[in-house]
Order: sequence, then C-alpha cells, then structure tokens
Amino acid sequence: MKKPLQLNVNGEGKQILVEPYSSLLDTLRDDIRLTGTKKGCDEGDCGACTVFLNGKPVTSCMVLAHSAHDADVITIEGLGNLDDIHPVQQAFVDYGGLQCGFCIPGLIMSATAFLKENPDPTEEEVRFGIGGNLCRCTGYSKVVEAVLAAAQNINNKR
Amino acid sequence: MARFEYLEPRTLRQAISMMERYGEDARLVAGSTDFLIRWRQGTWQPKIVINLQHISSLDKVSFTKKNGLRLGATATIQDIESNRYVRNYYPALATGATSFAGIQIRNLATIGGNICNASPAGDTLPALFAFGAECRIIGSDGERTVPLGQLITGPGQTSLKRGEILAEIRLPSPEPNTGSIYIKHSPRGAMDIATVGVASVITLRDGGNLCDNVKVALGCVAPTPILATKAEDVLRGKNLTTALIDEAASQAEASVTPIDDIRGSAGYRKSIVGALTKRTLERAIEMAQGNEISYQLQRNLAVQTAF
Repeated sequence: MKKPLQLNVNGEGKQILVEPYSSLLDTLRDDIRLTGTKKGCDEGDCGACTVFLNGKPVTSCMVLAHSAHDADVITIEGLGNLDDIHPVQQAFVDYGGLQCGFCIPGLIMSATAFLKENPDPTEEEVRFGIGGNLCRCTGYSKVVEAVLAAAQNINNKR
Repeated sequence: MARFEYLEPRTLRQAISMMERYGEDARLVAGSTDFLIRWRQGTWQPKIVINLQHISSLDKVSFTKKNGLRLGATATIQDIESNRYVRNYYPALATGATSFAGIQIRNLATIGGNICNASPAGDTLPALFAFGAECRIIGSDGERTVPLGQLITGPGQTSLKRGEILAEIRLPSPEPNTGSIYIKHSPRGAMDIATVGVASVITLRDGGNLCDNVKVALGCVAPTPILATKAEDVLRGKNLTTALIDEAASQAEASVTPIDDIRGSAGYRKSIVGALTKRTLERAIEMAQGNEISYQLQRNLAVQTAF
C-alpha cells in the first residue's frame, strides 16, 4: 500500500504517496516527473541514475524511496538549466563530452560531486572519480577533458 | 517482483523484536545495494524489509590505541575509506574500501552488509581477515563476539541466527612497524567484482628485516576469503629476503584450489594469487620499514585505472 513520503527535491518540498518497495529513482521519474535522471541498468552498475542524497552522490536505483524520507535530493534538473547552466554542464557542451547522451546526467552529477571534493584534480583522479559511471559511446576521453576544463573554469571564477 | 512492507526501527531492540515477530518473512537491509538487485531478480522475496540504516549510533567509526578500530555495522564503505585512522593504521582496509564499486555505491553500501552478504569476492573482507576482525553480534538472548571466520561460513552464508544482528566490527590496534595493503585484480578498475583480491599485513621488528608477524588473506579463491597460512609460515620469525618472499608467494599459489568462472580460470586465478601475494608483501614491507607510500599511490596500486 502506498504511504506518504516527504522529500526535498531541488530545494522544493514534495509530499507524495509511494509504494514501500519503490526506488528513489522510480519515485523521481514516475511520481515527481523529473525524467532527467535516467534508468540504465537498475542494478547500481551504470551510474546513469546518480543524484545527490543529502549532498552525496548515490545511484538512486539502489535507494528505497522511503529510506530517504525528509532527505535533500538534488537531480540534474536542480543542478542547472538553459537559463542558468552549471559550469560542469557547460564544459560537457563545450568539449563534446557526449554522444547519445543517456549517461550524461549521471556523469555530470558524479563529476560535480567529485570536483567539490577535488577542485584541482589530475586526469588520473578524474578517471577514478567518475569510475562509477558507464558510457558506451564516448570512450571517456572527451568526458575527462570536459571535467578537467570544468575544474579550471570553476577555479578561475573563484 | 514480490511486494514487501518496509519497516524502519530506531533501536537495535526494536529491530530484534521485529525480526522475532516476522521470522522467515523478514529480511534485514542497510545500504540495500545487494538486496535490491536480488529482490528485482526474484531471488529474495521477503514480505517485510527491515532497514537498519536509521538506528542511531550503529554507524560510528572510532579508533583508540587501546581499543583499536571499531566499525559500526552500518558505517558506509565511504565512511571507512575516508577515515583518517583507517588510512593511517589499516591501509589494507582503506585500499579494500577504495577498490569497492564506485563512489555512488560506496556512499550507500555498509561494512556490515559486505560481511553479511558473505561473498568470497567482498572487497573489504581480506583486509578484515588479515587484521583479525572480531564481530559483535546482538540478539534477543544477549550478545556474543566471534572471529570473522566464524561468522562467514560459505558463499552468501553466515552463522547468524534468526533475530541476531551484526552490530560492530572490532580490529585490534596494529603493532608499531606494521604495513599493509590490499590489491584487487579485476578487468575494469571500478564497478567490477574482483577476479582475485589479496590483503597482506606484516609487522617487522624495529622496522628492520625480521618478520615478527604476518597475515596474508585471499579473496575469490575459496568459498570464503581465507588466510594463506602456509605462505605466512614461510615468513614468520625469519629475516626477509627476496627469495623468501618468492617462496611465500609460491606457497600461497600452491595452497589454493579456486574455481573456473566468467572472471577467470582456476589456473589463471592461482597465478594471480602468486603475483599479488608477492606484490602486497613487498608494499606492506616498505610501509612497515617506515617508507611512506602516499594514499594516492596506494589507491593506484589497489585499483587499476578506471577504464
């Protein structure tokens, strides 16, 4: 039976009714209608569903929605949009860090979380930091370039 | 996918009484990263899911020289990886944690879950075995503390009785002049299950060449992680030489009888056991002799480049 759940999604309080077995991913996509977060493998392997849960990147397919009650959730929609684009998003555009694009919301979330902890990373550290995201198009080279460029852009603005 | 009801106890007592009430219908979860996969596959179909994640103080990580390291069962792998005491005093555990999946899973998965999932390939397990971890288990009849080897009994199997919960993992304080590291061999650096994982912990008298104590733990080569006791016997009490380390590596290799599977043949696994036993011992010896290995380098050694 569906039960009430309170979540703070992208700074907005949401009260919804959710099945006890629903994942945070399905809740975000199907109940809150934020479909920027992608469902890839639904097994925690691919990272396409990465969101921030209380500030930390997690694969939202591996989170029971009710275990996240009262939590702060940030999705790709909350990171930035066309009017107010996040530097990591801009860098992926500038450096062509995408092809089909399906993995990109997750990669951008992971890269953003990584850069918060590692503002001046080496290429090796970037590759380690986004190791939890699979991309089958790019071969990662352009993705890594984009993340390194985003780090520079963010640092230059400081 | 069978539906289930979701319960969230606030204390261990509550969790234990829930388990007693629902018996075989209930399953415990914490990070739920193993559970949700098996549930979606239909392997596990509990009617009740009891989440331990919100039990206060079950996720504490603390260290004192006197008591050693205490890991609350719901401490996440990332809590452990980033803990400065773990990095300073238990590098094999830190490198085990850093080699574990990716950051998104490390932020969810718990040390208690990695133990109770009892996979022969669990990335934190060889280090826990090598450091002599003890497990504090709480049940309705009181509590008991057992060595890790008595808790994990087979692939996916533990000696936990109904209504018992793993609450804490305790690692003794390491002796001075101890070095350790875990090295994982897997085709992809991140998000892959180990083909073989080896943790070595060595203590050298006065940081010199005499081996006072050594533990070598192997993952993925038996139904549970195991200690390579024959390899340890080659080194313990001896003055270390390259020839002796080679001999220990050959003993480790000869002592295991792994299986063939999708990640490697038995023969391949045996060779990797030899190679990683040697490599982990060499690095652990370096550290025990006081040569610092930066954490970044340890991480590079433990995890191959991500793609």
